[in-house]
Amino acid sequence: MLGHAWALEVPWLVPLAGLSLRMDPLAGFFLLLVGATAVPASIYAMGYTRRGLGAYPAFLLSMAVVPLAANVLTFLLAWEGMALASYALVLSAHDERDASRAAWIYAVMTHAGLACLLAGMLLMAGWTGSLRFADWSAAAAGLGAPARNAVFVLLALGFASKAGVMPLHVWLPVAHPAAPSHVSALMSGVMIKLGVMGLLRAGTDWLGVGPPWWGVALMLAGTASAVGGVLYAVVERDLKRLLAFSSIDNVGIILMGVGAGMVFHASGLGALAVLALVAALYHAANHAAFKALLFLAAGAVARGAGTRDLEALGGLAKRMPWTGAAFLLGSLAIAALPPLNGFVSEWLTFQVLLQTMRIPRLELSLVFALAIAGLALAAGLAVACFVRAFGIGFLALPRSDAAAQAREVGGAMRAAMVLLAALCLGLGLGPTVVLPHLGAVAAQRLGTGAPLPGPDAFTVTVSGDFATLSMPVIALALTFGLALPAVLLRIMGAPRNMRRYETWGCGRLLQTARMEYTAIAFASPVRRIFDFLYRPQTRLEVEAHPGSRFFVRRMAYGHSTRALAEDWLYAPVLGALRLGAARVRAIQSGRINLYLLYVLATLIVFLVLA
Amino acid sequence: MTGAIVGALLQALVVAVASPLLLGLVRTLKARLVGRRGPDPWQPYADLAKLCRKEVVISTATSWIFRFTPFVLVATMLVAAGVVPVLGTRPALSFAGGIILLMSLFMLGTFFLALAGLDSGSAFGGMGSSREVAVAALAEPTVMLAVFALVIRTGTTNLGGVAERIGNEPALAAHPGHLLAFVAFFIVMLAETGRLPVDNPATHLELTMIHEAMILEYSGPYLAMVEWASAMKLFLFMTLLTNLFAPWWVPADLGAYALLLGLLALAGKLVLLAAALAVLETAVAKLRLFRVPELLAGSFALALLSVAAVVLLK
Repeated sequence: MLGHAWALEVPWLVPLAGLSLRMDPLAGFFLLLVGATAVPASIYAMGYTRRGLGAYPAFLLSMAVVPLAANVLTFLLAWEGMALASYALVLSAHDERDASRAAWIYAVMTHAGLACLLAGMLLMAGWTGSLRFADWSAAAAGLGAPARNAVFVLLALGFASKAGVMPLHVWLPVAHPAAPSHVSALMSGVMIKLGVMGLLRAGTDWLGVGPPWWGVALMLAGTASAVGGVLYAVVERDLKRLLAFSSIDNVGIILMGVGAGMVFHASGLGALAVLALVAALYHAANHAAFKALLFLAAGAVARGAGTRDLEALGGLAKRMPWTGAAFLLGSLAIAALPPLNGFVSEWLTFQVLLQTMRIPRLELSLVFALAIAGLALAAGLAVACFVRAFGIGFLALPRSDAAAQAREVGGAMRAAMVLLAALCLGLGLGPTVVLPHLGAVAAQRLGTGAPLPGPDAFTVTVSGDFATLSMPVIALALTFGLALPAVLLRIMGAPRNMRRYETWGCGRLLQTARMEYTAIAFASPVRRIFDFLYRPQTRLEVEAHPGSRFFVRRMAYGHSTRALAEDWLYAPVLGALRLGAARVRAIQSGRINLYLLYVLATLIVFLVLA
Repeated sequence: MTGAIVGALLQALVVAVASPLLLGLVRTLKARLVGRRGPDPWQPYADLAKLCRKEVVISTATSWIFRFTPFVLVATMLVAAGVVPVLGTRPALSFAGGIILLMSLFMLGTFFLALAGLDSGSAFGGMGSSREVAVAALAEPTVMLAVFALVIRTGTTNLGGVAERIGNEPALAAHPGHLLAFVAFFIVMLAETGRLPVDNPATHLELTMIHEAMILEYSGPYLAMVEWASAMKLFLFMTLLTNLFAPWWVPADLGAYALLLGLLALAGKLVLLAAALAVLETAVAKLRLFRVPELLAGSFALALLSVAAVVLLK
């Protein structure tokens, strides 16, 4: 699938240029992503819901066509089909509160993105005289710099809004959680990656080799998304919204690789550009695996415990052992901890970013330093975020009756999670198997040689002696390390009996779940450190006894954070739109005759202008 | 292959056996500096032996995570001991991954320890976990930028490679960027190993403790494993500081004579660093929790300056 090329032309099916599909290695990679995520998601769906049976196949089909589309019409039809089908699926969970609002925001944002894509693609088609993508890369060299820049900006805006890049991400944390969980898994795992694929196509294929600032812009956007996404994820209470915010973080990490690849490509460092692209593709595949796993586990929690609110969960590792183990494995993977797959791709991304010294330019070094620091901060905060998600949601005492009564989910849902967990483990232990294939995809895309695999079957080598990584050895060493203390304790004759007693409660007689640390309190240090971003608002109402203010009758504590992008970017834009609409209302009367007059007047104006 | 296994086991053995002594040495020096006689440097061994003979009490609220965590902590530190250039510049597991692997191994331990803190269901555990992960997250960017500053000049992220390169060219160490990176990394070490002024290892005061709050529910052999792992972490971080930033008399091959020289040099450098740590911990007070980010932001600024210095003053 990654190697063979084929093409399919059905000229009569679609107007203007006909249906045109073409397979190349990059398309094959994304097709594999769609398939590998769709199989477990569909198995899961069998045990989960019967809703959306019509839209779900349409969603899968259009996601499979998007990477293959070879001309503008085919691409836009598949793209829009994907958006409409997922819109219907978001709406299908209509008993969820806010699902219709989420679907509305999603529809508006995705069509704003589509408008950008349409404008960019039609401009390009007009300037090159062809609707076929294959003709564009050759013709792009003949275009002036302003024209290429304009098309790149339009396409990048359209694709970045689909990928959920900050600040175009606002639809993502509302739409992904509202959909049924297997659809959330596909939307976060695959659909937003197709936005990344669009950016890759636009930046390295359709428009030829661009100036370095294209790559720098993508890297900066990626850094902002990585840090911003995880900062919102770490304070989120709703388990699925938390996962959606963390998707923004991971798309940012992927974009760092893509942007770095474009910078290296523009600077003539082919081997490094290939490496950067490989890092990005690897992280895309890894994110598809572990985010799908986490969404499926979150869906199982919602099914088993009846809630997704972290403050009402707890103790699930005992009540739902399969789901708990799946969520823990996904958390370790997404927090980039060895020996799982997230670690491998973040390691590769770091190795790419650290090699900027091969471009001796101060300003680029500083951009890369910023990206390195951003990636490190995002990785550290991801650890905080998923310690919180798993530790509050699955450990200690249940925080509500619903969580205390939670039941493990059925066989189909468990099988899907086991499948994805195995995929995470395999992608973590076998980079030497995966990397040559990804290297071939990236090298074909950039037209350079593939990076060499390591000196033996277990070790990955990056750029000569720059860095090496051997995941099987790490896993083996960790296993020995786990066994060693057990053996030592046995030899030393440590007592093996264990007394069970309740947690020390400072002498209190009753230890209940109310003594536990809450999700809000857990995120408090991060919220205080980054308060310029959250601008937290705290509300504390104390109703004291009339006799003495030290006798508290009732106490209410409320806490909320504000979203910077919504306040600073969307509120002014929406305000301006409303103002404009109010002005335009003056010419709206509802009478047909008046509208006919408008049509006539417009026609006359155009005729005069022409 | 056998050579690699023997080398890895040898390094792990040195770290595992010597780390309680280093911890004891810091404690003794601190006691002497404030005018107490203090315990013997060998005291931590007696403590660990005593804990290993005691009964384990496990909270009824906990799950398997709580019992699994001590093993993870020891395992990550033992693997890390194979990656860090302790005895020579060619540690046996060096090929398995460089400094990023090392930091991720420490993070793996932190991840599980923070989960164990939450697992007991006590407010102290959650408080400690929450603070620990926040501090660890803020320390990460500094580490990576300090690494960046080193990598620009040595051309490798392999820890042994960095040590070998700087050991062979002492001129590389006499550079403002190098010193700035060292200071930044030193501050990170204080934060990651829970030393003053970030965390006070000698207190059980609810309002201030971080590490101690997380491990409050551990007892018996489990507590011994947790304590042993944190001693190894301190040992590894201090070894990293000396052998990465001042890699002199670190042998490249593991002959008997070179090994002895390497051990002596390491011991000498670690005693110096332990003395510096003891003096620092006696001289400064613990920072309020929400002043810690300022300290870490300061170390981040130093690391950024170090990168700028390295790029500008080639």
